[in-house]
Amino acid sequence: MKLHIKNGRVVDPATGKDSVGDVYVSDGKISESFSKAEKTIDAKGLVVAPGFIDLAVRLREPGQEYKATLESEMDAAVAGGVTSLACPPDTDPPLDEPGLVDMLRRRAKALTRARVYPVGALTVKLEGVGLTEMGQLAEAGCVAFSQANAPLADTQVLWRALQYAATFGFPVWLRAEDVWLAKGGVAHDGEVATRLGLPGIPSFAETIALGTILELVRATGARVHLCRLSTAGAVELVRRAKAERLPVTCDVSVHHVHLCDVDLGYFDSHCRLEPPLRSQRDRDALARGLADGAVDCLCSDHTPVDEDGKHRPFAEAEPGATGLELLLPLALKWGAAHKLALPATLARITSEPAKVLGVASGRIAPGAPGDLAIFDPNAMVRIAPETLKSQGKNTPFLGHELAGRVRYTVVAGNVVYEA
Amino acid sequence: MHNPQLNANGELQHLLSIEGLPREILTQILDTAESFAGVTEREVKKVPLLRGKSVFNLFFEPSTRTRTTFEIAAKRLSADVINLNIAISSQTKGESLLDTVANLSAMQADIFVVRHASSGAPFLIARHVKPHEHVVNAGDGRHAHPTQGLLDLFTIRHYKKDFGKLTVAIVGDILHSRVARSLIHGLTTLGAPEVRVIGPQTLLPAGVEALGVRVFHDMREGLRGADVVVMLRLQNERMGGALLPSAQEFNKHYGLSADKLALAKPDAIVMHPGTMNRGVEIDSSVADGPHSVILPQVPFGIAVRMAVMSIVAGN
Repeated sequence: MKLHIKNGRVVDPATGKDSVGDVYVSDGKISESFSKAEKTIDAKGLVVAPGFIDLAVRLREPGQEYKATLESEMDAAVAGGVTSLACPPDTDPPLDEPGLVDMLRRRAKALTRARVYPVGALTVKLEGVGLTEMGQLAEAGCVAFSQANAPLADTQVLWRALQYAATFGFPVWLRAEDVWLAKGGVAHDGEVATRLGLPGIPSFAETIALGTILELVRATGARVHLCRLSTAGAVELVRRAKAERLPVTCDVSVHHVHLCDVDLGYFDSHCRLEPPLRSQRDRDALARGLADGAVDCLCSDHTPVDEDGKHRPFAEAEPGATGLELLLPLALKWGAAHKLALPATLARITSEPAKVLGVASGRIAPGAPGDLAIFDPNAMVRIAPETLKSQGKNTPFLGHELAGRVRYTVVAGNVVYEA
Repeated sequence: MHNPQLNANGELQHLLSIEGLPREILTQILDTAESFAGVTEREVKKVPLLRGKSVFNLFFEPSTRTRTTFEIAAKRLSADVINLNIAISSQTKGESLLDTVANLSAMQADIFVVRHASSGAPFLIARHVKPHEHVVNAGDGRHAHPTQGLLDLFTIRHYKKDFGKLTVAIVGDILHSRVARSLIHGLTTLGAPEVRVIGPQTLLPAGVEALGVRVFHDMREGLRGADVVVMLRLQNERMGGALLPSAQEFNKHYGLSADKLALAKPDAIVMHPGTMNRGVEIDSSVADGPHSVILPQVPFGIAVRMAVMSIVAGN
């Protein structure tokens, strides 16, 4: 398929390029110009950017198809302009066997929508005891290893896991949370949790665990990506670790740069998230850290939950929010608030996560994968159950109108979404 | 943010929390309770205000005292009362909270009195009931116990008349106490100038000062000059873990003894929301002593619950 996209505002965050022009795709890759296109898209007034790369997307398969299916969530991905996504291993059963990973990849591939990069379980059944067969899982397609949100209380296991992963150069993705300090907590330990009578998770549950992880990175040399920072203290620790040239990167979710514990209001279970929404100060520090580069990537932390899972008292509600289709609008909203140029904003959901994944996409250059998101940055999107393609309708942003509407999504040169 | 307790006219639709209620509504409830206090002393202890209405006592967490006072209050208002001890019925069969409520709603309920172990559960129910149905929170997790708070306010007003000059000390396990939270909101709304909380760090929630209280760790210092002393129940399961070493040690530091009470004002009153642990948070000499108003609190509780149910049903 030879695709010609003309007259678009072409934004390549990897190089900072932002100018009106044409993009050509042939044989699934960005190419030099050609004259005979099989399909032409007139992108006048639209932004042509690399397809978005989302580092945390729960597809809920295998095992939790009542919450979402691969079909529904892959539809949601391309509707949100997401062309590559990494899925955490907390499926049921968890992604701890090569067969499961292989099946997931083949199912995803058959759907020919976004590219799926499975993140394998770091420990068997995510139980935090025995290491998985990382080598075989990597052969089956795992790009990294993680505990997802499952606790890893035993620091000796964590140490061994990092040593083992470092031996073979496998990246490890970790969420920093001290199991004991977080035990029983459902909200940020602060004034709001006190007022609502919700058991709290103190900020230092994150910074203490992060201190441990960073010390183990120093000891083992393992490459660690820190998932979903939630506190100002964690941003500072990562900033210092990077200054020390430790091999760490990190991300933050769209929810944590826009919302804080005050948004819980009267026990809004859509705001029941992991990690919890923290104070305004934390939110501002995360948003600033993302702007100044201390935080590398913005992810949707897409977690579809069915209605029954949310129609419960706050503490009993299932954590998580749907996010794939909000990634672009919430990234643009964050970028606008920090007066960032469009390439800098989009870098957080394209070129930077591409580096974390170690993939060639996330840029518009000849030879790069032909993955593109073509969007109208000014068109408003209403976030409502009927407009969301994801089976999960659970988001704190229900009812909001946000700027940034995806018009076309291209994966490997094929137009997989058009609106 | 829309206050889920009030209807479009700003009247009380549900009683979910004292927080966020305007002073006028609190005063209205207390004044109405005042008028019902007389009913309970009459020979025929009934008024027909809720005749033909159904009050469902939905207790997802066991309780004897609160459930009984709600039942008496509803009966004195001539309502039909249905008690459901859900802690041992549908929840164990896996029925969801909202399904339980929907089922009962189909049986023509007018008022749901709800107790639940999870903070916020009554808010969830209130969001899903029909417009003519009312929810009264009878205690949710650590969050709120508004009728207890109101009866505490009623008691304080009864003995001290005016909130404008009062120093109120609340002592003990603030962290787990819905009673403390409700009382604090009530006192700050009604203008009590000094509300103190007294306890060890392990039993005080993060940022409690933001509720408008002064924090004391030394009980003697905290009781000095107090007009009202509210002792909270210390539950047995808090003992022996990492929160407190023992009941004896708690009693030594935070139990109300006669000599500690002597630091409060000479006419100070001593309150307790019920199920006292004598010798733990309160010594018998104080519980049964001249400053104690613990027993009069009980009938006040009935009057306050009558007031709340009659007001919401009338709106």
